[in-house]
Amino acid sequence: MKFVISILLTAALGFAICLYLPWWSFAVTSAIVALAVHQKAWKAFVAGFTGMFLLWGFLAFFIDVNNNHILLQKISGLLGLGASVIIIVTAFIGGIISGVAALTGSYARKLH
Amino acid sequence: MRIFFCILYAAITIVLIVTLDMPLPKGGGKTPRMGYFLSPQKGFWQNAEATGSKFDGNIKIPGLQGKTEVYFDDRLVPHVYADNDNDAYFVQGYLHAKFRLWQMEFQTYAAGGRLSEIMGDSSNGSNFLKIDIFFRRLGMVYGAENSLKAMEADPVTKQALDAYTSGVNEYINSLDETNYPLEYKLLNYKPEPWTNLKSALFLKYMSYDLTGADNDIEMTNAKAIFSKAQFEKLFPYGNDSVQNIIPKGTPFAKRGVTLKIPETADSLYFNYKETIKVPANPVKPDRGNGSNNWAVDGTKTKSGRPILCSDPHLGLNLPSLWYEMQISTPSYNVYGVSFPGSPAIIIGFNDDCAWGVTNAGRDVKDYYSVTFQDSSQTHYLFNYEWKKAEKRLEVIKIKGKPEHVEEIPMTLWGPVMYDKNYNGNNRVADGKAYALRWTAHDPSNELRTFIMLDRAKNLDDYKNAISTFKNPGQNFVFASKSGDIAIKEQGNFPAKWRRQGDFVMPGKDSSYAMQNIPDSENIVLHNPSRGFVSSANQYAYDTSYPYYMGGTDYEYFRPNIINRNLAAMKGITAEDMQHLQTDNYNLLAEMARPPLLKYINTSALSDSEKRYLDIFTSWNLRNDATEQGPTIFTSLWDNVMYGVYNDEFSKTDLRLPPIDDETLVRALRKDSLYEFADDITTPQKETFRDIITLAFKKTVPDMVRAEKDSALVWGRFKNSGIRHLLRIPALSRLHLLSGGGDHIINAYTQYHGPSWRMVVQLTDETEAYGLYPGGQSGNPGSEYYDTFINKWLKGEYYPIHIFKKEDMQKQQNLLGTITFSK
Repeated sequence: MKFVISILLTAALGFAICLYLPWWSFAVTSAIVALAVHQKAWKAFVAGFTGMFLLWGFLAFFIDVNNNHILLQKISGLLGLGASVIIIVTAFIGGIISGVAALTGSYARKLH
Repeated sequence: MRIFFCILYAAITIVLIVTLDMPLPKGGGKTPRMGYFLSPQKGFWQNAEATGSKFDGNIKIPGLQGKTEVYFDDRLVPHVYADNDNDAYFVQGYLHAKFRLWQMEFQTYAAGGRLSEIMGDSSNGSNFLKIDIFFRRLGMVYGAENSLKAMEADPVTKQALDAYTSGVNEYINSLDETNYPLEYKLLNYKPEPWTNLKSALFLKYMSYDLTGADNDIEMTNAKAIFSKAQFEKLFPYGNDSVQNIIPKGTPFAKRGVTLKIPETADSLYFNYKETIKVPANPVKPDRGNGSNNWAVDGTKTKSGRPILCSDPHLGLNLPSLWYEMQISTPSYNVYGVSFPGSPAIIIGFNDDCAWGVTNAGRDVKDYYSVTFQDSSQTHYLFNYEWKKAEKRLEVIKIKGKPEHVEEIPMTLWGPVMYDKNYNGNNRVADGKAYALRWTAHDPSNELRTFIMLDRAKNLDDYKNAISTFKNPGQNFVFASKSGDIAIKEQGNFPAKWRRQGDFVMPGKDSSYAMQNIPDSENIVLHNPSRGFVSSANQYAYDTSYPYYMGGTDYEYFRPNIINRNLAAMKGITAEDMQHLQTDNYNLLAEMARPPLLKYINTSALSDSEKRYLDIFTSWNLRNDATEQGPTIFTSLWDNVMYGVYNDEFSKTDLRLPPIDDETLVRALRKDSLYEFADDITTPQKETFRDIITLAFKKTVPDMVRAEKDSALVWGRFKNSGIRHLLRIPALSRLHLLSGGGDHIINAYTQYHGPSWRMVVQLTDETEAYGLYPGGQSGNPGSEYYDTFINKWLKGEYYPIHIFKKEDMQKQQNLLGTITFSK
């Protein structure tokens, strides 16, 4: 349950903070979630990763569908990567930063 | 241990973020900040507009005087209804920014020599610093500042510019990094505030594009290398058989300016054999920059009312140079295309009349050699005196590097374009310097003309509106509902004696300076008995005009084929005019094919070579996309051009001017003993027969290769496209199957051609058609980015209307409504 909650919290807070602050600001909320929800370090990482991976992956996917793939097709040509690869890379960047940030938070908690 | 891990992971997080938040080297350029670029909440994803979404809004701005309603029709063309003129320009600025901000800014960065600021000094093989230095030396900023002074001294244009600039800035201020246009995210920079100077710079860029193509240095070299007789043959002046804009036989008033050839002209100008090495221009306007326009009167049309047509030929880019709109205020209603970057409608029609432009192409850009006292270049010789040359410092900021300061000596003639400090491969010889005299540096107010044309009601208003227009000289065509048609080559043209300004002139002698031709000697052709007026970049007048009209790339073929058609046509409809405007008939081929066929020695050809000759022989002379003839003709023509002239031209490694197609076709038709036919690198004497047969044989392997790639048909061979301004293939439309070409009325070459096609029939209820090869939105993530291209390729048109507000409100398929009020 804790695990699912921390995934949801990571995604929700990560989304909210990026409405106002720079693209990477979700790292802070991901760390805070890991700090607040006590889990084993590896679990904190997976939850942090999954939360942002899913958020960014779904956002990218829905934006692309609503856009009828117009822009993603062009960016795909521009970056020389397949369209689905770009969605996965996008999700992965969100995930990895969030995961490592969560690890940081998780270890910070254990300092007490 | 825990603290170690905590710090370790914190460090990794930070490293990840920092790495993904900076541009990384890739190929010859840089990547965007990938984390930002890929963030679905901030990056490129935010530029992916949901299809089918509406462009609605309600915007309150304290500075506005009244209320403005904007209705977007089904093609995203805004129909703007403003309470007053001021608000209309504000809203125009806002809309330009909303749909075209990146392009507006980028074009002014290019014009003002600031590309290095956003692109770095070089990237992907382009040397942006060199391009910037070129534009600074050209005096673009200097010219724009002078024009701005003139525009701001006139309350009408000052008010329009101020309102426009506020509108642009209102939009810019509403942005943050989430909704910057895509290209800012790609190149990693931010929009800066718009200024009136930026509008002036944009307009100056049009001057550069349309009057920046001089060949003076090349001509000076040619004069030194060829004999006088050869020179006149290679680069003839005037042309008896071209149809001038003002028909032959029109009487000209006595010259208003006294032309005095300086006493030293023979020794220091005409016979002075000096060659000039200058750095290869990093940028030159496209040779194809030109246009067609014409108007027919009621005697020639089915409706009994005039029809006006205009299609400016310019570089075809995405986002397009043009933005289509209707503007209505209590004082006028106008529809047409505008320049994102400037207020007003540039080409269009209102309730009473229509107008269009083509480029005059007169040479208004000349060089004077300057003798400096010493290498400090502080004083130069002028009329036996040392005059002080003020230094203009142009600071070029470079992304990631220290700034570059270009020191430009300013002379009475203008800025020194080339001197020992001008950086380049072929540096100017020590002690030499060349100053530029370009009419685009003079204070002038072109914006006023368009503002007045938008409101013009009759012929007098048209004449008044254009009378102050100076640079770039344009042929303004006009037609009104009252039945008038007219055309005038308008501009500030130097009064020259024969060949003046074709070569670099001595700069120490004021007697080489030029006055301007009085505007009264720019002639208006009004309701001629032949029933039409037209222009297509030819000489405006024949050689009996009392001034020399030197220029570059005067067109011969388009004006003659247009006039041949217009003279023959009767009972013309708007549809007939659309067909003419998109016509692919090749007059050059019509004139060149008979002599080419005569000279090709068929007995020397193999069977496979004969097959291509047969295709060429039976070709219908149309550059349609599916024809094979134009491919063979164009390749053959290039090879003949090369075969005839390359031996003479490769005597030197200096830059020489190009030979006009008309010069070669005339030689082929009239001069069987043409001296340049001989290949001077061989002991024997070649004739056209040898050179042309050889050229044909050389053409065939290319045709075999093309056929293998299924690219023998013209549309594939030409391989046309419409490129994104950054030349990024993924944002461009490439490999488009299309007809047309150089010298064809449908002047679509590879990346250049009719940038806006418009046909307006001036019946009581205006019947108008138009489109440009682009889309109303500059956002590559919008479904309206390239909407019109397919229809444009097919030669089709959209009906266009000045709608009343009530009629717009009733339309079912509007794409949105934005209201502006205080």
